[in-house]
Amino acid sequence: MKPRALKPWLLLAAAVLAFVPCLALAAEPHLAEPVPGMPQLAFGHPEQGRFLIASIVWLFIIFGILYYVMATYALPGVAQVLETRRARIEGDLEQAQAAKQRADAALAEHEAATARARAEAQAAVTSATQHAQAEAAEKAEALNARLNAQIEEAEQRIAASRDSAMAALRSVAADTAEALVKRLTGGADRAAVDQAVGAELAARGRA
Amino acid sequence: MAAEGNSIDALSQFSLTPVLGAVGNSVGFTQSTAHMLLAVGVVTLLMMWGMSRRAIVPGRLQAMAESAYEFVHDLAVGQIGDEGKRYFPFIFSLFMFILLGNLLGLLPYGFAFTSHIAVTFGLAALVFVIVTIVALSIHGLHFFSYFFPEGAPKALAPLIIPIEIISYLSRPVSLSVRLFANMVAGHVMLEVFAAFVVMIGGAAGVLGILGATLPLAVNVALVGFELLVAFLQAYVFAILTSIYLHDAVHLH
Repeated sequence: MKPRALKPWLLLAAAVLAFVPCLALAAEPHLAEPVPGMPQLAFGHPEQGRFLIASIVWLFIIFGILYYVMATYALPGVAQVLETRRARIEGDLEQAQAAKQRADAALAEHEAATARARAEAQAAVTSATQHAQAEAAEKAEALNARLNAQIEEAEQRIAASRDSAMAALRSVAADTAEALVKRLTGGADRAAVDQAVGAELAARGRA
Repeated sequence: MAAEGNSIDALSQFSLTPVLGAVGNSVGFTQSTAHMLLAVGVVTLLMMWGMSRRAIVPGRLQAMAESAYEFVHDLAVGQIGDEGKRYFPFIFSLFMFILLGNLLGLLPYGFAFTSHIAVTFGLAALVFVIVTIVALSIHGLHFFSYFFPEGAPKALAPLIIPIEIISYLSRPVSLSVRLFANMVAGHVMLEVFAAFVVMIGGAAGVLGILGATLPLAVNVALVGFELLVAFLQAYVFAILTSIYLHDAVHLH
């Protein structure tokens, strides 16, 4: 049965229904003549018997009203409320489940991002270190090369100076020898002196 | 009314007196009828006004209405099975009607209409007719196999079938007499001890007043006991109706 909305008139009717008996009972009761034995069984009694039969008729009417109101209005309403509550609780539980899953996913994502960032940072550090090392090595090499070049240049300069000095030595020696020969002999053959000096130098390994 | 002379009149409390004057007298509207209306009004108010807020988190009245609903619903579905949902409004109405009838009788000036065999037998007959109609409409003529249990020796049929029929027919009697007798006994006891209070209290001065506290204490205990009986008898009536309906739906 489809639940129906609460009818205000029904509430009012129920209130009146509950109030009328109170009014009726508050009034002075009709004094019946005493019933011998159990009044419940006095079906033969002229007045009591009539009331007993009437109470059965009233029972069916009043119980019928109760059944109609309960089956049509009251109970479907309660069922609806209970159903709504059940659905609400289930929905809330599902929502909580979904929220938990979202939170778990976010946590996993966060952890992955952290790990990624850590790896990236590690890689950056490594590459920077390598870069710096390479640079340092390069600089050291360049410095070495320059120094070597300078050393070599200096050696060459020294060798050149020595060679020129040696070359000058020969002419100085030839000049000295010519001068000596001229002083001793009065004349000197420049070419012979030169040759002699050259031979002498060659003999000494200085040519 | 209770003590006239020296004899205790514990039964006249059950006599029906018409209310609403001449009109009530002419249609047989007695205090019993008034209490039936009151019970219906109280149940309707509880179930409709109590549920009117339709709150997810119930208040007191709504919790009361809901627990009444769930109590009877569990009873009906537990006894009858899933088909019990069809008969649930009937069982609920029965339970609440009888419960309110019993409880209203315990209030001062109240009257327990369930202390009348006419009323309890009317309800029991209603149950009997409904159960039989349900059984016939579900099982048709096969329903009559209910009176002869399957597998019983054929030779015993002349014995078993009358017994089964008698036990089936005696259901409304036992159902109605149980409720009626419980309520009558309770109210007679209350009346008798209340009469003792008046008789002893009025008899011997101070000593009498002291002595009257004893039956008064008994009456206090009895009221508590009667509250239990009021609930228990409504429950018994409802659960027996459910069991009969279960038999009608499932045939054993």
